[in-house]
Order: sequence, then structure tokens, then C-alpha cells
Amino acid sequence: MKPAPFEYYAPTSVEEALATLQNLGYDGKVLAGGQSLIPAMNFRMARPAALVDLNKIKELFYIKPTDDGGLAIGTMTRDSVVEKDPLVAERFPIVPYVVKHIAHPQIRNRGTFGGAIAHADPAAQIPALSVALQARFLVRKQGGERWVNAEEFFMGPFMTVLEPEEMLAEVALPPMAKGSGASYQQVSRQKGGYAQAAVISVVVVDENKRCKDARVVLFSVGETPILSQAARKILMGNLPTPEAIAEVAEKISKEEVDPGTDIHGTAEYRRHLVKVLVRRGLTEAFERAK
Amino acid sequence: MAQTVKINVTVNGEQVEREVEPRLLLSDFIRHDLGLTGTHVGCEHGLCGACTILMDGEAVRSCTIFAVQADGHELQTVESLGTPDNLHPIQQAFIEKHALQCGFCTPGFLMTLVDYLGDNPNPTEEEIREAIDGNFCRCTGYFNIIEAVKLAAEKMASH
Ligand SMILES: Cc1cc2nc3c(=O)[nH]c(=O)nc-3n(C[C@H](O)[C@H](O)[C@H](O)COP(=O)(O)OP(=O)(O)OC[C@H]3O[C@@H](n4cnc5c(N)ncnc54)[C@H](O)[C@@H]3O)c2cc1C
Ligand code: FES
Ligand code: FES
Repeated sequence: MKPAPFEYYAPTSVEEALATLQNLGYDGKVLAGGQSLIPAMNFRMARPAALVDLNKIKELFYIKPTDDGGLAIGTMTRDSVVEKDPLVAERFPIVPYVVKHIAHPQIRNRGTFGGAIAHADPAAQIPALSVALQARFLVRKQGGERWVNAEEFFMGPFMTVLEPEEMLAEVALPPMAKGSGASYQQVSRQKGGYAQAAVISVVVVDENKRCKDARVVLFSVGETPILSQAARKILMGNLPTPEAIAEVAEKISKEEVDPGTDIHGTAEYRRHLVKVLVRRGLTEAFERAK
Repeated sequence: MAQTVKINVTVNGEQVEREVEPRLLLSDFIRHDLGLTGTHVGCEHGLCGACTILMDGEAVRSCTIFAVQADGHELQTVESLGTPDNLHPIQQAFIEKHALQCGFCTPGFLMTLVDYLGDNPNPTEEEIREAIDGNFCRCTGYFNIIEAVKLAAEKMASH
């Protein structure tokens, strides 16, 4: 046996799960796809006293269109389902493209869309994607619920605003604005490996091709996904010329990211990657904007 | 007394019922409790792919699932594929293309590919590389494995 012993609960409804989490308090931990939690337990880096397994709660697995043209995604929807869903591809083509970069097929068959958000790994794609797309998260607890904007959800590496008795239930994606384009750029050592640096860019242009909005989100180069302020300041209201894009890339790589050094690369190298990836990403996003 | 849970699982077409501790990994359940040692265990943290099996027809890592979670589900391990006299086309292709040396990684590759080729009968080389990017092989250098997948796809098409 590799993991330390724990009490196991497998509720079949959200109500039952919330009541269990409420009773357990700090002893309880949600088990979603298990692709991050179980490895950590195998190493005994994580030793939760009790697990509340959400895999039997059918009402948490769904992708629903919303009337405004967006989507509502149940927290337990597997990555591989999001990756292959035609409605997701139609409304948010950037989403399946980004999800394909997460780990490997076998892991995407288990890992969940909401689990990656709750896990808040600074090197993970879905948290950054949710910030770029202005997602909102439905957080529930026994007898109550609240909506949290993606931008306000991530507090630090593996830290979120979720309380022990709370559960992430749904991810709501508002529709892409008219005139928008998106791009994803990452560099990793091998396919399926965590990114050394990555950027998701979502831009909006007006009928004269001027920039109306630019959400440039960096990850794997700081403690949480980083939404660039410089991109908006420099680009909004202006034509996205190569010079303007180069200026944004320079500023982000110098001032807005905080990469570390590890066996895969130095901080300096990662800053360089950021500059190159932002330039490529913004160029592609503006080309696609329509 | 540690908590135990009764589970009902279909393994390679056979119904099995067992009492398990919740912390028992599915990989250890398959190897130790059921004696099906074809499923290999390399890293036990989701990285190497040696423990890949099918759960309800989809390739998953059995080292990052608890046995209790398999309750009510259908599993297939490498033992379900073929017999020495009647190999599965993917197994036959691995032999013909010399796609294994020590063989430690092979069950994981085979189960990954059964799922993949079932959905994608005619993959390009690039797609094959993507399909097996979650399986490590420390011996072959992958080239012969890719050749074997191409051959397996042909064999399965003509079946
Ligand atoms: C080899 C390998 C490579 C990987 N590569 C990548 C990669 O490149 N990019 C990437 O982004 N990820 C990667 N992952 C991680 C994988 O995508 C995980 O699936 C994901 O990060 C966590 O999702 P999960 O559903 O598996 O969550 P779990 O492992 O079940 O849970 C993770 C954490 O989130 C909490 N949690 C989960 N769901 C909820 C909820 N609804 N409410 C409250 N708390 C919740 C759990 O309590 C736990 O603390 C990799 C994993 C492996 C094993
Ligand atoms: S043993 Fe399961 S992935 Fe390595
Ligand atoms: S044949 Fe030895 S690890 Fe693949």
C-alpha cells in the first residue's frame, strides 16, 4: 500500500457531498480525476484523513450551451470530453487546442476540467485559460453558493479561495466577443510535458482592426496565471503593429513575469521564451481576430 | 480495523467481487489480488504508462485510480488481448517489427494502442507519436514501435 490510510466517501449527489465536506471540515479532501492528488498520495506528500470522491455524482458531468452563446461545464467533465466536444470546438476553438497540450491521452481520460482549476498548479493550462476567457466559477457549500471570477480565484501556487467545506461545481464561460481571436503558445521539453513558459492570448478588434481588448495570460513563469496589464495599456485603441506587439513582449518579459530556475531551464531563459511566445501569440491572435 | 469496501468489477469479461481497503491502488489490486501480473508498474505516479489498462473501453493509468473507484466498471488488461497461438494484430505487429526488447513497457503500449486504433484506424506518423506520448520505453528508441503501429493499423484494416 503506497498511500496512507484514509476514510473514503463516495456520495452520489452534490447535496450529499456538500454535507460530507461540511462534517469533515479540514479533514476532508475532494477526489476528482485523481491525476494530481493520487500521485501526491502515493509519495505520501499528501495524507488526507478523508476523501470525498465526486466520480459517482452524475450531475457534475456536463457541457451545456448557455443562451448568451457561452458554455457551462460541470466540474467533473473529463479533459478528454472537453477536448472532443463539438460544441466546445464551435464556440471556443481555443479550448480543445489548449486542452490537447495537457499531459497524455490516458491522463486526459481521467483528469477533470474543474479539478485542474481547484488544483491551481502554476504550470497548468486550464487555470490560465479560464483567466483568459473571463470564466466564472460556481462554488458551493452546504446551504450556500457563490460565484467567483477566475481572476480572483487563484491565490498562489496550489492555493485558491476555496474553503475546506466548499466545492467547485461549475465553470461558466461567457461568449467570445465579436471580432475576437485567440492563440496558444508553449514551449516544453517534450510532448505532454509541463510548459517551461506559455501564453494564452485573447484579443478583440473593432471594424477598423484597432484593438478593443487584449487578454494576455502567462503561466509557468510565476506563482499564478498572470494577466498582463501592459498588453492592454499599449494596445487598446491602437492598431496592433509589429512594433506595438514587440513593445508588449519586451515589457511583459522584463516587468510582469517572475520565472524561477530549475533543472529544466534558467529564469533568464524563461524570460527569453516569454518574449518570443508573446510576440508569436499576439501576432497569431490578431491575424485570427474577426 | 481499517475500513474495507466491497467492490464488484468486471475484469476481462469476468465478474469479480472483493473486499478492498480504499487506499489500495487499482494497479496493485490487479497484480496482487487478482494475480494478473501482465499489468506492469513503473513509476506509480502517472508518468510512465506501464500500468495502462482499459476502464470502460478507455485507456487509463491504473496506478492513479483506487480499486474502490472501479466498482461497477469494466476493466480490460493485457491478458484479454490474445493467446500465444492467437495473438492480437497489435501484438503480432510488435513481434514482426521488433518493437520490444525487455518488454517491460509493452503491456502499457498495447493497451494504449487498442483504445487508440479502435477510434483512429488510420493514423499518420505524427498522430501515432501523439497517441503514445504518455508511454515510456527505455529500450527501443520508439522507432520500431511506430513501425509496429503502422503495421497493426494495416492488419486491423484487412481483418
Ligand atoms: C504525468 C502527468 C502529467 C501531467 N501534465 C499536466 C500538464 O501538462 N498540464 C496540466 O495542467 N496538468 C497536468 N497534469 C495534471 C492533470 O491534468 C490533473 O488531472 C489536474 O491537474 C488535476 O485534475 P484532477 O481532476 O485529476 O484532480 P485531482 O487530482 O482529483 O485533485 C487535485 C486537487 O484539486 C482538488 N479538487 C479537485 N476537484 C475539486 C472540486 N470540484 N472542488 C474542490 N476541490 C477540488 C482536490 O481536492 C485536490 O487537492 C499531469 C498529471 C500527470 C500525472
Ligand atoms: S506505473 Fe502507472 S504510470 Fe507509471
Ligand atoms: S522494451 Fe524495454 S522499456 Fe520498452
